Amino acid sequence: MRSLNAGDLLFILAAVRWTVLLSVLAFAGGAVVGLTVALMRTSDSRAARWAAIVYIRIFQGTPLLLQLFLVFFGADMVGLSLGPWLSAVLGFSLNAGAFLGEIWRGSIQSIARGQTEAARALGLHYLPLMLRVVLPQALRIAIPPTVGFTVNLIKSTSLASIIGFVELTRAGQMVNNATIRPFIVFGLVAAIYFAICWPLTIAAGRLERRLGLAYKR
Amino acid sequence: MTYTFHFADIWAARDEFLDGTLLTLRLSALSMLLSLVIAIFGALARTSGPRWLRAIVGGYVEAIRNTPFLVQLFMLYFGLPRLGVRLDANEGALLAMVANGSAYTIEIVRAGIESIGHGQTEAAAALGLHRLQIFRLVVLPQALRAVVPPLGSQFILLMLNSSVVSVISADELTAATQDVQARTFRPFEAFLTASAIYLVLSLAFSGAFAVIERVAFGKKAAQR
Repeated sequence: MRSLNAGDLLFILAAVRWTVLLSVLAFAGGAVVGLTVALMRTSDSRAARWAAIVYIRIFQGTPLLLQLFLVFFGADMVGLSLGPWLSAVLGFSLNAGAFLGEIWRGSIQSIARGQTEAARALGLHYLPLMLRVVLPQALRIAIPPTVGFTVNLIKSTSLASIIGFVELTRAGQMVNNATIRPFIVFGLVAAIYFAICWPLTIAAGRLERRLGLAYKR
Repeated sequence: MTYTFHFADIWAARDEFLDGTLLTLRLSALSMLLSLVIAIFGALARTSGPRWLRAIVGGYVEAIRNTPFLVQLFMLYFGLPRLGVRLDANEGALLAMVANGSAYTIEIVRAGIESIGHGQTEAAAALGLHRLQIFRLVVLPQALRAVVPPLGSQFILLMLNSSVVSVISADELTAATQDVQARTFRPFEAFLTASAIYLVLSLAFSGAFAVIERVAFGKKAAQR
């Protein structure tokens, strides 16, 4: 046990970049998976809809921590050594995809059916129909809950510390193990997460209210 | 990729999985119950308490909801012993789950309270009921009815989130799974089994809550 010094605090502060980077990559991966899931979930094919439902149920019905373990050990098992970095990005992307997919499905379905029918009547095929009619309108509705979900995603990246990924929480743990000053160390870690998440929470609330006003006539 | 699954070791450890599952259920149920009790008082304070109390409860809710559960767990489990409070892993886990869960539950109950129309409280006041009586006899029963579905989802989230307390080795399902995989060197099979158990639990609970909702508020739910 040694005393806490400025270097320790800087070490924790510097580890924020890994939390931010992991969150950004996980969101990007999750967006790709999520858009696929949302489109499958709203498609005309029964098989695609069911596949999406099963995917969502599995990822929303099991703990994220176990999903991370399964990716980590599962890749190892098939002879791929992903390491903590790639495992974490892949695990968080697969999980975020289920939640974003469900959020975006709701947004897509909230676009009035008349819109799709009118576009079809004008002769638009699936791709231009989605890209030029449905998704631009769905995007507006999707933004507030997506921002809200981002807060959850950022908080959940703390679980990457358990599979050996050094990010903000793991950095805090390492400093605490050496100095045993849990209140200061984890207080600082918590304050950093709060500084990132709180503005997003507020933004999500504001966007939601603004959207609510726009639709209330 | 030729991998042969070996579930024999997992089957041999079935008692450990069963005990872990029961402890996960007990931990989740207990923390949900305590969270709900705290949330009723918290929501009351947040909706009709004095200004300073509303600010404290609001600050607590925001602080918990914008920081990771894992950090809250570390802070309590490693921090409290420094203040002279002795905790074993299970107590630490329960405390952190209640601290975390009550913030979310306060928001749920508060939304329920706010969904009760002003006419109700005004009518109750006109009948001569005191503020506390109005809350206990008029607002709370209706609010709790309105929040049964979100409380059900909250319970499932809490149960899934409880896997995180395995890091301080509370003896719930995920920690039991860690023990099994460390002994058998079958991590994939062990975690797959545990995931299947969690999945069955969450599907069973969401099914059960849907049934309860239909039985308890049958006609209303059908009309919606």
